[in-house]
Amino acid sequence: MPKIKLGHKSPRIDMTPMVDLFTLLLTFFILTATFRPQESATVDTPFSVSEKPMMDANVMTVLIAKDNKIYFNVDNGPDTILKFRPKILAEMGKRYNIEFTADELRLFEKTGTSVGVPIQDMKKYLASRDSDEKTALEKGIPIDSVDNQLALWILFARQVNPAVQTMIKGDADVPFPVVREVLDILQDKNVNRFNLITSLRVVEVTEEITE
Amino acid sequence: MADIQVEEKSKGGKKKPKKGDARVDMTPMVDLMSLLITFFMLTAAFSKPKVMEIVLPEKIKKDEKVEPPKIAESRTLNIILGPEDVVYWYPGKADPDVTVLQETDFSPTGIRQVLLERNRALFRKIDQFEKDVISGKIDIRQDSLRSAISQLKKDDDTGPIVLIKAYKTSKYKNFVDIIDEMSIVGIARYTFTDIDWIEEKLVVDAINRAAPVAPGSVQ
Repeated sequence: MPKIKLGHKSPRIDMTPMVDLFTLLLTFFILTATFRPQESATVDTPFSVSEKPMMDANVMTVLIAKDNKIYFNVDNGPDTILKFRPKILAEMGKRYNIEFTADELRLFEKTGTSVGVPIQDMKKYLASRDSDEKTALEKGIPIDSVDNQLALWILFARQVNPAVQTMIKGDADVPFPVVREVLDILQDKNVNRFNLITSLRVVEVTEEITE
Repeated sequence: MADIQVEEKSKGGKKKPKKGDARVDMTPMVDLMSLLITFFMLTAAFSKPKVMEIVLPEKIKKDEKVEPPKIAESRTLNIILGPEDVVYWYPGKADPDVTVLQETDFSPTGIRQVLLERNRALFRKIDQFEKDVISGKIDIRQDSLRSAISQLKKDDDTGPIVLIKAYKTSKYKNFVDIIDEMSIVGIARYTFTDIDWIEEKLVVDAINRAAPVAPGSVQ
């Protein structure tokens, strides 16, 4: 009796539907992903239990980096279309008698990162192509009472976009007096509501209080 | 070259084209795609930072003649953020001769216990309320639960009024942590005020007490 020969074919699975599904998912995730430009300063935010996500639009951020330098950023979200950034820079220029050309304003609009450059160096900063040179120019925005540029940035940001909300992104190790100074400047400009940017941490409060 | 030769050789015979396997091996493609999907999913989920909202009391302008609000001394709890993640606290009003700062830290058994103990009544009330909602004793819509709890907090008039102050060597992290602690424990009334000279002196004393080896080095 002849043996029944079993085919040695390897069992193949039709992967086409799987590939279809994966392509669909991939397209979805690529399209919904928002690409944020690399921040100019590294900031390790402290942790908190707050679960409120950060808003996308109408935002201005004051960054306090590890080395106590102050950076400022306005609307890096969808309201770039409304062109707040160049308007704010133009106002700043007017105050300091610096005439920014249309090209420079456009360049400032395109760079979505926060700026830590004194306004006097802004032209040089925008003109430079070299990233090392740019980092060298980032001395932080002056906040002393002689030349309080941060206060002016805040003032103009609020004038151009009255709906703007304030974010403070501070490094966990920044000494508190620096933060206090920034809060004071904001309060001088009648901003009393802040959003501190933090990373999420989970804490369970299950303590049964023992009597 | 070799291919062509082979083909010519077989030309003479009966050409039976091998049934081509039209299937393409899709496994590498699937591999790559799952990798990319994982990457994009993770970046989408974690890229969004969280925010913590705080509202500071309006500054009293120098030319305005507005008295700062009076608060009951017995309900006040003062918290001073010290250097190196240490928290000092004392109840009531600072008196340079009588007040001794209590030292604690940010661990769950530290300042949180102090706050919980003082906020016990309100914490219980909120806890009970949430239990009642879950068990169906109180019928309330899910979206108005949060506002109901904040209303409970607002009506509370036995809990502590926490005044947070920061010593000059404290870190920003401490500030975030203590506000966080307020929301964990459910303190209804807290505010942030400037440290005054009595408290600064008390902190310096406390630091010196903790490290008596080098007195005067912390000034």
